[in-house]
Amino acid sequence: MSPAPKYRTAYVNARLIDPASGLDAAGGVLVEDGRIADIGAGLFGDGAPEGAETVDCGGLCLAPGLVDIRVQLREPGHEHMENIESAGRAAAAGGVTTMVCLPNTEPPIDNVAVMEFVARRARETRLAKIHCYAALTRGMAGSELTEMGLMGEAGAVAFTDGERAVANAKTLQRALSYARTFGHMIVQHPEEPELAEGGQMNAGEIAARLGLAGLPAVAEVIMIERDLRLVEATGGRYHAAHLSTAAAIEAIRAAKRRGLDVTCDTAPHYFALNETAVGDYRTFAKVRPPLRGEDDRQAVVEGVKDGTIDAIASDHAPYDQDSKRLPFAQAAFGIIGLETLLPLTLELHHNKHLTLPAALALVTCRPAERMGLEAGRLAKGAPADLVLIDPERPWQIDEDAFRSKSKNSPFDGRPVQGAVVRTVVDGRTIFGAETKREAA
Amino acid sequence: MSADADSSLRFPHRHLLGIEGLSAATIGMVLDLADSYVEQSRKPDKTLSLLRGRTVMNLFFESSTRTRTSFELAGKRLGADVINMSVSTSAIKKGETLIDTAMTLNAMHTDVLVVRHSDSGAVKLLSEKVNCAVMNAGDGSHEHPTQALLDALTIRRRKGRLQGLTVAICGDVLHSRVARSNIILLQTMGARVRVVAPPTLLPGAIERFGVEVYHDMRRGLADCDIVMMLRLQLERMQGRFVPSVREYFHFFGLDREKLAAARPDALVMHPGPMNRGVEIDSELADDIDRSVIREQVEMGVAVRMACLDLLTRELLGNVPS
Repeated sequence: MSPAPKYRTAYVNARLIDPASGLDAAGGVLVEDGRIADIGAGLFGDGAPEGAETVDCGGLCLAPGLVDIRVQLREPGHEHMENIESAGRAAAAGGVTTMVCLPNTEPPIDNVAVMEFVARRARETRLAKIHCYAALTRGMAGSELTEMGLMGEAGAVAFTDGERAVANAKTLQRALSYARTFGHMIVQHPEEPELAEGGQMNAGEIAARLGLAGLPAVAEVIMIERDLRLVEATGGRYHAAHLSTAAAIEAIRAAKRRGLDVTCDTAPHYFALNETAVGDYRTFAKVRPPLRGEDDRQAVVEGVKDGTIDAIASDHAPYDQDSKRLPFAQAAFGIIGLETLLPLTLELHHNKHLTLPAALALVTCRPAERMGLEAGRLAKGAPADLVLIDPERPWQIDEDAFRSKSKNSPFDGRPVQGAVVRTVVDGRTIFGAETKREAA
Repeated sequence: MSADADSSLRFPHRHLLGIEGLSAATIGMVLDLADSYVEQSRKPDKTLSLLRGRTVMNLFFESSTRTRTSFELAGKRLGADVINMSVSTSAIKKGETLIDTAMTLNAMHTDVLVVRHSDSGAVKLLSEKVNCAVMNAGDGSHEHPTQALLDALTIRRRKGRLQGLTVAICGDVLHSRVARSNIILLQTMGARVRVVAPPTLLPGAIERFGVEVYHDMRRGLADCDIVMMLRLQLERMQGRFVPSVREYFHFFGLDREKLAAARPDALVMHPGPMNRGVEIDSELADDIDRSVIREQVEMGVAVRMACLDLLTRELLGNVPS
């Protein structure tokens, strides 16, 4: 048998941005059978190679596809809010080529069988790649450890109880210790549950005026500081999700200085909005941790700028109308974000906080590296997961245009700058105006 | 002044969802009209025909006898058909949502919905889904506008003014919609407001409301014109917010000795229902020289008549052009 002919695509006339290597130059990428075969400034200066499909990037930015390390898929269990296919389409439209999903499905991802179900569905949909966090405790109930070793072998990226804090100090201590057997990482939702109990929005003047119970900022830093002591005691690996307060960011900053193996992320709404977005009981702005005060918002921007915050994740949490069209205290916590991750992250660039490559690093190589994913780089031999971006194009976020099954975004109507033109996974275009045939 | 003489007044809002957003002029207008309804209610023949043919629905998602009865009487004295509906026991248990309930009642051509709900903001949410006028009869810990208006009417009739008075609001401010509405109304009308409570019963950001904060009754009541006591729910007194009833009454319950710090002509108010011996000494509550608690109940009907009258004028085209 002769080998199958190679399927080749040449991306020409691009501004290549690879945040990992610092490459920012005009050039091109040659993709062969789903992997990057060649890349470089000046590549294809003499024209594209024979027999390759050619994509003219028109001078726009060609970057690694986005890696979103905090997504709720809702499948299995709540497919009317989102499923793996609709999330995949939303990801494609948002330039996201790799998602890491939370285990808070129904049943939860706390065993190998559910992990394999998610992996199979992801393969079938052939959209953005999906990796799983596995539950840290059985049923995410906070007491008994899951089969971390076996699920790690099956591909679990790290271990977390999703939107539930691992509150029991002994459980977390054991998890951090046991995970060292395999080099696994623990991802925490940092919120002291007793202090947060019953809370609906950031504790403060607005909550007091609206008559809503508060989620105090101190609940975040108390959990982080406790956890850091346990990380220090166990030598474990630890990642704090969606930081929202100045104090918690400072605690992580200090821990990194002490040399602990800790990282953290935030979500766009924590630097793009503050608690005033709740306004007059807007449930689309109800999220956990809550949108904070302006001082905390600015501290998140600072944390991103000085590198304390390692990644930006969308924290995509789809909820249908029935979960949100309720009195504020009864409405679900959560904001969707796959389709707004890129333009909101680019606000940090347009507002002169970060260079374009530094902004992209937060949603590509930095999260990928921390989570040990083969993603987020433009390099020879790497998977051809690419996004073509027009970083300057202005547009307005419109909930009617979302591919996600749920529309719970507080950003509807927001003018933004920077649009996804094409999204490519393993060399296949999964989003873009001129979607090409599969075979040559 | 008679009710008829004021029929050209306009209430500049479609609903009455809270005191927040009402101007001093609007509040004054409501109080003036309510004054005339006090007189009306004291007549042997109390019923007017102003709202004849109109339907007022009392929609209570939280049980209440006093407030519901007060609204019911107010509607009936204006000649409206009044229907009471307690939802906590029916639809919600069947899984019907707040918005479903609102749409159902809206389809029945209700003219005014009077709504009480245990969640802050629920009445506003409901008001966005209906065509009729909506009156907030208390939403969670947010607002209870007719209570603040009736308190203001009571004070104004006794003291002749609100401007410049010092009012101490004492007790569970944290959970109290009455406190929030009163703080806003009294400040809008130019009164000085103090709150007196242990920190566990005050919102964290209370100083941002522009009130003076006290944790000691004698200091907080010093030279006050008005002492407003708030109800403390029993389940909040068993170690969660305060250690015990006994300790709470000792330090924060209103008795003659603590009241002595206030001005000699200071009035004692309570939105009811009272926990006698918990937040207020029983004998003091009944002292007709100091306590205006029963008068507040009377003013409640008049204020609610005024609000129903004003809210339906615009909606029913009763405003003469």
